[in-house]
Amino acid sequence: MLEFYSLRDGGDAAELPAVTLESFAGQSNATAVRIEPGEDARELLPFLDRVALVEVNFPVFGDGRGYSAARILREAGYAGELRAVGDVAVDQLSHMMRCGFDSFAPDKPLDPKLIEEAFSRFPGRYQKTIDPRPAVWAQRHG
Amino acid sequence: MYQYDKYDQAMVDARVAEFRDQTERRLSGQLSEAQFRPLRLMNGLYLQLHAYMLRVAVPYGTLSSKQMKMLAHIARKYDRDYGHFTTRQNIQYNWIKLADAPDILADLASVEMHAIQTSGNCIRNISSDQYAGASAEEIADPRPLSELLRQWSSFHPEFTYLPRKFKIAVIASATDRAAMRLHDIGIELVKKDGEIGARVFVGGGMGRTPMIAPEIRDFVPFSEVVSYLEACLRVYNRYGRRDNKYKARIKILVHEMGADEYRRQVEEEFAHMKTLGLDPPVAELERIAEHFAPPPYETGLSDEIDLSDRDFAAWVGSQVAAHKAPGYAIVNISLKPIGGIPGDASSAQIDLIADLAAKYSFDELRVTHAQNIVLAHVKKADLYALWKALEEADLGTANLDLISDIIACPGLDYCSLANARSIPVAQKIAQRFADIDRQKELGELKLKISGCINACGHHHAGNIGILGVDRKGVENYQLLLGGSGAEDVSLGQITGPGFDENGIVDAVEKATNVYLANRTEGERFVDTFRRIGMAPFKEALYA
Repeated sequence: MLEFYSLRDGGDAAELPAVTLESFAGQSNATAVRIEPGEDARELLPFLDRVALVEVNFPVFGDGRGYSAARILREAGYAGELRAVGDVAVDQLSHMMRCGFDSFAPDKPLDPKLIEEAFSRFPGRYQKTIDPRPAVWAQRHG
Repeated sequence: MYQYDKYDQAMVDARVAEFRDQTERRLSGQLSEAQFRPLRLMNGLYLQLHAYMLRVAVPYGTLSSKQMKMLAHIARKYDRDYGHFTTRQNIQYNWIKLADAPDILADLASVEMHAIQTSGNCIRNISSDQYAGASAEEIADPRPLSELLRQWSSFHPEFTYLPRKFKIAVIASATDRAAMRLHDIGIELVKKDGEIGARVFVGGGMGRTPMIAPEIRDFVPFSEVVSYLEACLRVYNRYGRRDNKYKARIKILVHEMGADEYRRQVEEEFAHMKTLGLDPPVAELERIAEHFAPPPYETGLSDEIDLSDRDFAAWVGSQVAAHKAPGYAIVNISLKPIGGIPGDASSAQIDLIADLAAKYSFDELRVTHAQNIVLAHVKKADLYALWKALEEADLGTANLDLISDIIACPGLDYCSLANARSIPVAQKIAQRFADIDRQKELGELKLKISGCINACGHHHAGNIGILGVDRKGVENYQLLLGGSGAEDVSLGQITGPGFDENGIVDAVEKATNVYLANRTEGERFVDTFRRIGMAPFKEALYA
């Protein structure tokens, strides 16, 4: 069972102490930040060039604000590690990846076999989002 | 109608395989019910009072005969030989065994159907006008855009864990047969400078806080509709309330924030979204639209109908609507026989309707939000034979939009959320007004019953609405008057204290008597109510 899973090259957990979004702006040495569900990811955009890790917290899986936070950061060009932490289960992994998450630190360890299945299960995507695979409509009209 | 290509088929097949795995994990005990619950809900599987209920999506209400036959097969093989057509143009089965659910989904996938996102806090099945493609007044067929949005909303990674469920309706004519402005997003296709696009309303809904959606944008070109909806949804996903599930629908956000501020935020997000290349090319909408090309109508047909059979003439007068092609008609099949359960159909009836659609309506049919069935393209010369066949199967009831054409939710007979039964009340009212001449005398009168405040039976939008509540352990029914889900959309007002099960039937009758005594020439029930107001009704009800 895995307590950490990464899609990034290397794949090891970056052990950076994440600070709150509120304090990040004032701490010029901080390179890791943690975003809570009610926080506005866009506040981080002016500082993206010094961010190496963003943790997005999911206190409960049903609170989907973190999906928008992730996509907003990727849409703004953030290329560092984007980690989903908290109540993260295999059933959410594929959607999280498609919104730009590339590492996962779930509260409860995950079965590696189910992780593999979660990422390979669906052959297509109906939407263009963050993941590099083309949307079905792009394949149709390629 | 739309047919899957290899990409669409692969998606539903993958979903079946995924759910088979999840169900096996549940049945073997690897998953607890708490863990399994969100997974089954993503596939329309609810745990109800007596058994599992499976809700199958009928995208924008359109089905082929082959798909309809599969619905009959599922009712026969896995349920108790009937199905229940819903106010979301879907079908529900009330007696499903969990172990059968993966096989049912596989059967559905074999005819290009699924139960994806028929529950859960995600974008639900998109509803539309049951006269799509057949009505002369529409400016375009609303179904190609509906199908484009079905695909866009399926497995959307950002919008699967919204604050609450999310319902979209698409219509394309001034007449609203889909309660468009009572949806989270209502889209009306409109023309601007010769171009067809979407007029977008956001923040309507029923439930415990009914609201009529305000217009948020007067025109979005087809080429930007996906970006625009992404913007609408993103603002909701980020700022919709999550502290209280009863205040979590987008209508509350739009109401609390104000339509102007919501619009401003959406515009800001939209400007950003448009730069991301999220919209399918126009060629994709054109590809889909080819599937909805008009069927090969015969030409040179007569518009004459022999109405010498009085019963047939009555059925034609009630159930048949004008079609855009000469010699053709739109046929409404009532699922509301007097004393029946609104929206229920037996396997044999579902099979028969499928056969009749194949024989008389180019192999295609529709489910309506009023829980009836439509054959959209029937030759007028075939109407008599069609009616005869329907009559023999107890499907020839002639009560479209009359007081016995009742919308009702399943209520406490099935639903774990309900406070009161809906079905027996619907049956008693239909029986009270069983005399068809009396119904016709009352004219258009839309009566809608919900067994709890969640309003699945659309009681807020009923000319007469009934809401079942629990009062100290006793079922009690509130009466509402003056609602409409049509283009003259309005919300019903509560008359006053509620009634018991028999009292509500009497109250409905009293309300109709006030109408009959006060109406002027040509006025419908709702028109009279709007003119004379609540006072005369209250007086009659509580004297």
